[in-house]
Amino acid sequence: MRHNPLRSKAILSDLAGSDAPVGRRGFLTLGAALTGGLALGGKTAMADPAPEAPPADAPWSQSIGAGVVDRPYGRPADTEASVIRRNVPWLTASAESSVSFSPLQDLHGIITPNGLFFERHHAGRPDIDPAQHKLMIHGLVERPLLLTMKDILRFPSISRIHFIECPANGGMNWRAAQMNSLQFSHGMVSCAEWTGVRLSTLLEETGVKKDAKWAMVEGADGAHMNRSLPLDKCLDDCLVVYAQNGEALRPEQGYPLRLVVPGWEGNVNIKWLRRIKLGDKPWHSREETSKYTDLMPDGTSRGFTWLIDAKSVITFPCPEKPLDGPGLYEIRGLAWTGNGKVRRVDVSMDGGVNWQTAWLHEPVLSKALTKFTLPWRWDGRPALVASRVIDETGYVQPTIAELRKQRGSNSVYHNNSIQTWQVKSDGSVFNVQLA
Amino acid sequence: MYSSRKICLPITVILLAAGSLAGAAEPGSFGYGRVATPAQIAGWDIDVRGEDGAGLPPGKGTVDRGADVYAEQCAACHGTFGEGEGRFPKLVGGVGSLRDERPEPTVGSYWPFAPTLWDYINRAMPMAAPHTLSADDVYALTAYILSLNDLVPHEFVADRNSLPKVKMRNRDNFIWSDPRPDTVAAPCMNACVNAADVRISSTAEGRNLTPRTTGPLDTMQPK
Repeated sequence: MRHNPLRSKAILSDLAGSDAPVGRRGFLTLGAALTGGLALGGKTAMADPAPEAPPADAPWSQSIGAGVVDRPYGRPADTEASVIRRNVPWLTASAESSVSFSPLQDLHGIITPNGLFFERHHAGRPDIDPAQHKLMIHGLVERPLLLTMKDILRFPSISRIHFIECPANGGMNWRAAQMNSLQFSHGMVSCAEWTGVRLSTLLEETGVKKDAKWAMVEGADGAHMNRSLPLDKCLDDCLVVYAQNGEALRPEQGYPLRLVVPGWEGNVNIKWLRRIKLGDKPWHSREETSKYTDLMPDGTSRGFTWLIDAKSVITFPCPEKPLDGPGLYEIRGLAWTGNGKVRRVDVSMDGGVNWQTAWLHEPVLSKALTKFTLPWRWDGRPALVASRVIDETGYVQPTIAELRKQRGSNSVYHNNSIQTWQVKSDGSVFNVQLA
Repeated sequence: MYSSRKICLPITVILLAAGSLAGAAEPGSFGYGRVATPAQIAGWDIDVRGEDGAGLPPGKGTVDRGADVYAEQCAACHGTFGEGEGRFPKLVGGVGSLRDERPEPTVGSYWPFAPTLWDYINRAMPMAAPHTLSADDVYALTAYILSLNDLVPHEFVADRNSLPKVKMRNRDNFIWSDPRPDTVAAPCMNACVNAADVRISSTAEGRNLTPRTTGPLDTMQPK
């Protein structure tokens, strides 16, 4: 259900304690009473030394600030120093073949700032000289090409907003609730506006031979990471991009060139892209046999499980952002699906007994993060809050129990289950799973 | 509506013109870049297909030669006999474990195609100096790791003809198509489950596995 200001106004009068969804504009008219607790989200709020005293000028109001180009590139406020990507040291053998997680608990909206986009490297982050970087397209093409970055920038450009999610996001929660954190349980998803050229444009330029059915895409990093993609997907919506949120790609996201495969698992979105080869069969590379295959309880494995199924998570409250006493809160969250657009998000406060439909915030874009909110008057009693997304195909986000029934708990990847947060009466929040 | 339609028409004409500029069907319409020569392609054309070994280069390697290269290049991370050091991947073992509570997917227990092993060593190993080994040494390492897993006899010689013929144990246990969606749920709104049955089956509270999410990066080392 989309944001509807008219409806919001109509039901605003019975908001307090109500279960009815309220749009953001209506919600904001409730005024300043809400904002302190919402923005700071819990017990870390800065204490006012003299709450009764009238506000007076702070030192920064009685002095002159830094001039323009004091910081020619710019950076976050010093007090935001904790808002950073973080890793789990015990998870991987080395930081060069590892992951870092985006701090979803401190982010707002659907766009991930470039410095906070999650990382997954297989042989570390290469620092590439764009003047030497080339893209080769060959194999079953009419006209094999070697393109420089300068050449690629001349092609017709396109910008699209898409999420990228590592299929192992949430993998640590397959067996049990392990990570008591939004960042570590869901932080391997990020979303950006990507600018580049359609892969279909490049393949029109090379011409495609009629036997071509697959593409092998390969990076210029030390892992020479490679995956097979069906040609149909390449021609449908894949992008060869050089920019992320308006600036050149960050080195961690594939500078100077990467592939974006909308809605499909992060691993196929090859970074530092240097080669595309068309062929008649898939390659069965190490990354699509030994890894990124899903082991089932009967010992068989699913290969080529590229799609990111619909998933959602409540980003406030969460373990990092507890509640600060009873009262009115805005539940906030993100939803996404590789199938296209998010159709609806429902939220439960009682562990899935009853659900209410949340507001989706514009823009609701295909294969992009979508923001949802729902006002909630918390009475201070223990609660089990969870969100459930339904995408435009009608697919409903499953519970972990439903997923385990189909896939056991050894399949590592594609855990898109409903996330339940336990809210205790002191406002603290824990990652739990329900029987 | 009417006015927007009036504006739309010229835009459509422009778009059509741009479309023909892009020359949807004609290769080389833009004319950007250079046609890649066979020699240029050969410089990067390293991929090997798992199923049939297409792309495997000339060369060969024995198990014994592989043992020597392995000791020098691989054992520090993967262990003398492929048992894996620390959290670096095991290369050996786990046969018959795939249905266990703690399965061990290795070259011997999990990998479906032997040429993929050659391809991966060649493109990504050794980790600190990838793609620096000769084709012969990559063949030798492949032979040695297959032999550690009892997939080939000691006298096996790996080359472009022998590798695709190696029968890997788990080869027939992959389904190369996606059966999802594999869950179907009706989005119930009220009294969906009995409130008395809602029970926490697992919690991350108190596990002490989670790094901190404020302050500096957490090394998770004992302090």
